[in-house]
Amino acid sequence: MINYFPEEVLWHVFSFLTSHPDRNAASLVCKSWYNVERFSRGKVFIGNCYAISPERMISRFPRVRSLTLKGKPHFADFNLIPQDWGGNVYPWIVAMAKGSTNLEELRLKRMVVSDESLELLAKSFPNFKSLVLVSCEGFTTDGLAAIASNCRFLRELDLQENEVEDRRGQWLSCFPDSCTSLSSLNFACLKGEVNVAALERLVARCRNLRSLRLNHAVPPDALQKILAQAPQLVDLGADSFVHDPESETYNKLKNVMQKCSSIRSLSGFLDVNARCLPSIYPICINLTSLNLSYAPGIYSKELVKLIHKCKKLQRLWILDTIGDKGLGVVASTCKELQELRVFPSDLHVVGNVAVTEEGLVAISAGCPNLNSLLYFCQQMTNAALITVAKNCPNFIRFRLCTLNPTIPDAVTMQPLDEGFGAIVQSCKGLKRLSVSGLLTDQVFLYIGMYAEQLEMLSIAFAGDSDKGMLYVLNGCKKLKKLEIRDSPFGNMALLADTGKYETMRSLWMSSCGVTFGGCKTLAEKMPRLNVEIINEGDEMEGRPDDRQKVEKMYLYRTLVGPRKDAPDFVWTL
Amino acid sequence: MEGYSRKDEGCPQLLDLIPKEKEWLTKSAEEKQTRNGSSEEKQLELRLGPPNGDWTIKNKNISREKDHESLLPFGYFSPWSSSSGYQVKSQKQTTPFLQAHGQLKESSQPNPAKTAVPNSSSSSSAQKRTAPTPVVGWPPIRSFRKNLANGSSSKPVSESQNAVGSKISSEKPIENSPKNLLVKINMDGVPIGRKVDLKEHDSYEKLSFAVDELFRGLLAAQSNFSAGGIKNDEDGGKAITGLLDGSGEYTLVYEDNEGDRLLIGDVPWHMFVSSVKRLRVLKSSELPTLCRGRKHGKRSLDTSPK
Repeated sequence: MINYFPEEVLWHVFSFLTSHPDRNAASLVCKSWYNVERFSRGKVFIGNCYAISPERMISRFPRVRSLTLKGKPHFADFNLIPQDWGGNVYPWIVAMAKGSTNLEELRLKRMVVSDESLELLAKSFPNFKSLVLVSCEGFTTDGLAAIASNCRFLRELDLQENEVEDRRGQWLSCFPDSCTSLSSLNFACLKGEVNVAALERLVARCRNLRSLRLNHAVPPDALQKILAQAPQLVDLGADSFVHDPESETYNKLKNVMQKCSSIRSLSGFLDVNARCLPSIYPICINLTSLNLSYAPGIYSKELVKLIHKCKKLQRLWILDTIGDKGLGVVASTCKELQELRVFPSDLHVVGNVAVTEEGLVAISAGCPNLNSLLYFCQQMTNAALITVAKNCPNFIRFRLCTLNPTIPDAVTMQPLDEGFGAIVQSCKGLKRLSVSGLLTDQVFLYIGMYAEQLEMLSIAFAGDSDKGMLYVLNGCKKLKKLEIRDSPFGNMALLADTGKYETMRSLWMSSCGVTFGGCKTLAEKMPRLNVEIINEGDEMEGRPDDRQKVEKMYLYRTLVGPRKDAPDFVWTL
Repeated sequence: MEGYSRKDEGCPQLLDLIPKEKEWLTKSAEEKQTRNGSSEEKQLELRLGPPNGDWTIKNKNISREKDHESLLPFGYFSPWSSSSGYQVKSQKQTTPFLQAHGQLKESSQPNPAKTAVPNSSSSSSAQKRTAPTPVVGWPPIRSFRKNLANGSSSKPVSESQNAVGSKISSEKPIENSPKNLLVKINMDGVPIGRKVDLKEHDSYEKLSFAVDELFRGLLAAQSNFSAGGIKNDEDGGKAITGLLDGSGEYTLVYEDNEGDRLLIGDVPWHMFVSSVKRLRVLKSSELPTLCRGRKHGKRSLDTSPK
């Protein structure tokens, strides 16, 4: 029996364990493994920043080099969570600075990041290399200036869809001349001006630059100069593209594009004249990823012409202006497509049928490798979903959003239960599912029965009774995140299996049938859950009645009790 | 599809494995056997409807057609057909569904959805295809995208098909139409710049007038300062005229998004608005001789650095 196993060997073996689930599993084997694992873990992933405290994280993983943190619940993206709810990263940075952590990488999602945090970050970790902020807020370009100025070995500055206040500073100029290590720079979400000359010089001296995403303030002639300096780019995002196909700039751009044979990923095009798109035709054949979801100016015809050249596409994000016919072209051209996202382009036009079930069926027939879908559509049918399920059994992520949240099957007027049932039954590896349309408890029965690998489920305006929620809670053994809005699930469902929530990361319920009394009961029973009620408005006069329905409830497992930074409108029961 | 039927037989047992479920499981089986409209009404009390509230009740009372005959050819999903006697209380015709079935494998299918739905007259509001009253947070897209969607709503798709000979202006998106469009404007000889909101004007004449108003006082103050206070202070100084045609002391130029400096007035107003990045009021005497002819549709001043 191998009781004696040198730690050095274990250490070496563990260095091959990269995924968090694997490492978590290894750490549970025995004390010795737990200790070796914790000292050897360099990348720490924390899916809910309130599940653990920074201090405890550091004491367990003293050698952490890379930290990933997520803050607000997913529905924060859709304005369901008020400002100042929380998710501040500052305490984490303070704790790591105090603990002399050798932090090299910080990846944050839906967190509040102040300039102060960024400044402290920049000054506390001399080997800091990579900052990735996704859907964050609370900082300005001054914070970015601090990062640029102080992080001598910065390799990656990736800002995705953050709310950044523009302070008109010259943050780009703050990269010292000695900074040559940048490999990834993405500031597409910034709204303000940038120092274009500084940008050009920066690009020129960073020979390892692979990924560059510019914002709208970088004009086309600068773009052309930059590309001339960086033909090695693999990923390019350009929001401000050429307008006049007869201009000098256009010609230069066309020439320079031909030399950019390494580009595999393209995005941006917020401001473009579609007649200038031919300038990118030369690189289309190599593209594996194309994001035109922020390009309302490219209409179906030009879009189709463009896509027709992108035969190697694996990932495509577009607007629904592409139409069903356009999706048909995608289906016949992009045989290697794995991920498709179709976003709504116009939310207010009545009767403007952009994409329907037809487009989706076409895609499923033409792209057998499809495994990830986000599809905003005008209508859907069970028959289409059943076909899609049969054509594409490999879905890992399937998110369907009908623009009318409770629309029935467009042909039969029935609920879409059968369609989604087919999806979960066929796609045995499905990890993430969002359902919409007219749905009864039946769909949840199917989900509970078949979606064995499901980790995240989003429900809105669906179901008839508590049974729906119960089917899911009882059936989906691997469920981690459940978010529900505007559905008739009440206390009975909430309280039926309280232990379940400790196996999950979080549960969100808003505009459902749960009451204060129900939430209180749950909180009392489960001390290792934080049951938070968000109360906007004027219910501050004493605690409300137990029978009153709760507007928004967010509960999550935690090892550190109620959070201390909860604002007034958040009550932890 | 053998896989499906095997699973089906195992269904009751599978669900039995789930603790505490037996109770409601049997209940639900019974309920299925006697399912009719009344059980739906019971469920309605928990139902929360959206603001327009027109989809819940009516849709539920329309029977759920568990038409297993039509599903069976797919080999899909016949879990309850043997045990329960579903009452197919259907007002709907099954034929459209079956027709659709046969042709679904191909990418193109007949458009039963697009043409008039057969029962549209009988189902009152079941097929609301119009845009619903806005629900908070629906559709679930991030605000970054919402602004984009609002801004580009002015161009219907069909027009673009005939865009071949049309000017750039008809294809150009109005990128997120914010409430104002402020651009900087500097004037030769005046160290302090101003900002002008282009959304407040709809023509070059109005813009010219606004420029005059913005700088007249400043210019007068400058002149006062340098010339020793000769100008009349009461009316705030001399009017700035002739900005657009080169006839005045000053001429209005702008810089577009490609960094080029251009004379005002060559392109239609809305096109100007979408490409202008800043404005400048230059002394006419310092401009090169204006060539009135057209070169690629715009007159370009290449003298000054950007």
